[in-house]
Amino acid sequence: MSLILILEQVLNGLQAGVMLFLMAAGLTLIFGVMGLINLAHGSLYMVGAFAAAGVAAATGSFLLALVAALVAAAAAGVVVETVVMRRLYARDHLDQVLATFALILIFSELTRWAFGSFPLYLNPPDWLSGPVTLPGGIRYPVYRLALIGIGLAVGLGLWALTRRTRLGIRIRAGENDREMIAALGVDIGRLYTLVFALGAALAGLAGALVGAIQSVQVGMGEPVLILAFVVIVIGGIGSIRGAFVGALLVGLTDTLGGIFLPELFKLVTDPATATQAGASLSSMSIYILMSLVLIWRPTGLFGAKA
Amino acid sequence: MKGLYVAAALAALATGAAAEVKVGMITTLSGGGAGLGIDVRDGFLLALEQSGRDDIEVIVEDDAQAPDTAVQLADRMIQSDRVQVLTGIVWSNLAMAVVPSAVNQGIFYLSPNAGPSQLAGANCHENYFNVAWQNDNLHEAAGAWANQTGYANSFILAPNYPAGQDALTGYKRFYEGELAGEIYTELGQTDYAAEIAQIRASGADSVFFFLPGGMGISFLKQYADSGVDIPVIGPAFSFDQGILQAVGDAALGVVNTSQWSKDIDNPTNAAFVESFQAEYGRLPSLYASQGFDTANLLISALEVADPSEDPDAFRAALEAADFDSTRGDFEFGPNHHPIQDIYAREVVQEGDVFTNRIIGVALEDRGDAYAEECAM
Repeated sequence: MSLILILEQVLNGLQAGVMLFLMAAGLTLIFGVMGLINLAHGSLYMVGAFAAAGVAAATGSFLLALVAALVAAAAAGVVVETVVMRRLYARDHLDQVLATFALILIFSELTRWAFGSFPLYLNPPDWLSGPVTLPGGIRYPVYRLALIGIGLAVGLGLWALTRRTRLGIRIRAGENDREMIAALGVDIGRLYTLVFALGAALAGLAGALVGAIQSVQVGMGEPVLILAFVVIVIGGIGSIRGAFVGALLVGLTDTLGGIFLPELFKLVTDPATATQAGASLSSMSIYILMSLVLIWRPTGLFGAKA
Repeated sequence: MKGLYVAAALAALATGAAAEVKVGMITTLSGGGAGLGIDVRDGFLLALEQSGRDDIEVIVEDDAQAPDTAVQLADRMIQSDRVQVLTGIVWSNLAMAVVPSAVNQGIFYLSPNAGPSQLAGANCHENYFNVAWQNDNLHEAAGAWANQTGYANSFILAPNYPAGQDALTGYKRFYEGELAGEIYTELGQTDYAAEIAQIRASGADSVFFFLPGGMGISFLKQYADSGVDIPVIGPAFSFDQGILQAVGDAALGVVNTSQWSKDIDNPTNAAFVESFQAEYGRLPSLYASQGFDTANLLISALEVADPSEDPDAFRAALEAADFDSTRGDFEFGPNHHPIQDIYAREVVQEGDVFTNRIIGVALEDRGDAYAEECAM
């Protein structure tokens, strides 16, 4: 296995990680600030992808499609928050899980009703398609490099938002003590709606960006949702920094595990068994990672509260 | 997740005649795999409508791609709806959950899609008929086509689940060259950057992949974008009419194997393609053709005998397969699986629509590898 191949795989892991971060950041914000488990976060990812595919088909512009994804997902987030979630903040987590699971089904069938059962077409724009040769001779798709760039930029933006703005101060205060900041006169209802919309927009953006290289179809959000939950558990629930580190860890473990574990097994057994056993173990690798992190730090890497 | 109750008492409604034969269709109408079930259903109902028979009642239910739901639906259809024939299941794991117990209760099962090896071999049954293919067939044809094309160093990949393992086994059954690599991916995986990097580094002269549904869309788009230009071959499942539009340019020129194509030259097929398009406003997929053929097989046997009055005569009529198939020649082997030609097709663009064109025959009169194990 050459060094170039390994470097390429690291880039792949990084790319998977930053996209996962967009999903996990919203999820962790919503959980951290509102104490709400939102299983429908994957549906917002799907809404973003479908909005982008619809607008791209109508206008031919990828940038407009991204804007549409952000707007549509944020709008869906606002509607969900005001209509459903508001009634659930005071409830048990189990009620929240039940209600947001229902939302998954509702979103899926609504999307099927609106767009049909067949996958939609969404491609990266021409100016981002095809491979580019990086220093060292790695041929790598431009679009994936762009994804890494966008993911890092969003990460930086979120960091600035939470550390450098008034809204960020309120979000962090909300994470620490909801009652107190309400007592201090902050309109907590509006803050919740804003945070929910922000998280939804990030999920929608991820859906549109990833949808362009994957398939835009009903149910596309749920596999990502599970990974995003793994990420926020590893990173520590409520922590954006944790979500970032966790996402990169999961992205890299998932990608590199899929490559190296079968190779490792080939040293001790025949190739056919090795590929199968390696594939099986690598699909477990992120969960093993999660357990190890939880044994070492029960609240996750950056989890503050016990 | 309770399925929709879409009872379609077809022409019976128009004439008011009592339905004489009840058919239960369990298929996938919601979730990510709904496109396949919808095509099977639409093809099936189209054939019934064209037959003009008003004595066949079809009860259509959604299994949501869940084995337990499928089992519940089958129990209800057999015990309370009293169906005599079941059909419709798309996925092999659901078929394995439903078929053995149904056929043991004397119900006839006509499979419009799933063809797991168990039901073709040791667990074959006189009341089980597969109208599509045995699961390995299209992969075997891909291997045979690779030989004909002169590929000698294939990189092969499939998801790590039973049908994926069967796919790679099927490909290797006829393929005579070397393997540049063999990978099992995760089921439901959506990012193939890591696999594509391995393909690029492997020095392969061809890539065989079995990634049904959305997995195939993701793979093809990412493969095209990676700049790797090693030719790709796969079974029709990643190139059916429903999926191709979502893949777009990335699929152009890719060779895939199928027992059906819209350009198979016979009057039945031409009429089927035209009437399907007129009825539903889209081109039919291979799943639709399988649903259509299944209904026509059923109708041909009902002309001869009633399944509840004379099951033996009904079974013999099914075995005779005396109907006009969209595939032209169609006959059953000893284990009630088709013996048929399997074609190599190429993805082409006709106007705005991406579709397939036959470029050759990959396997002629192919039965399956498990018929010998079937003692019927």
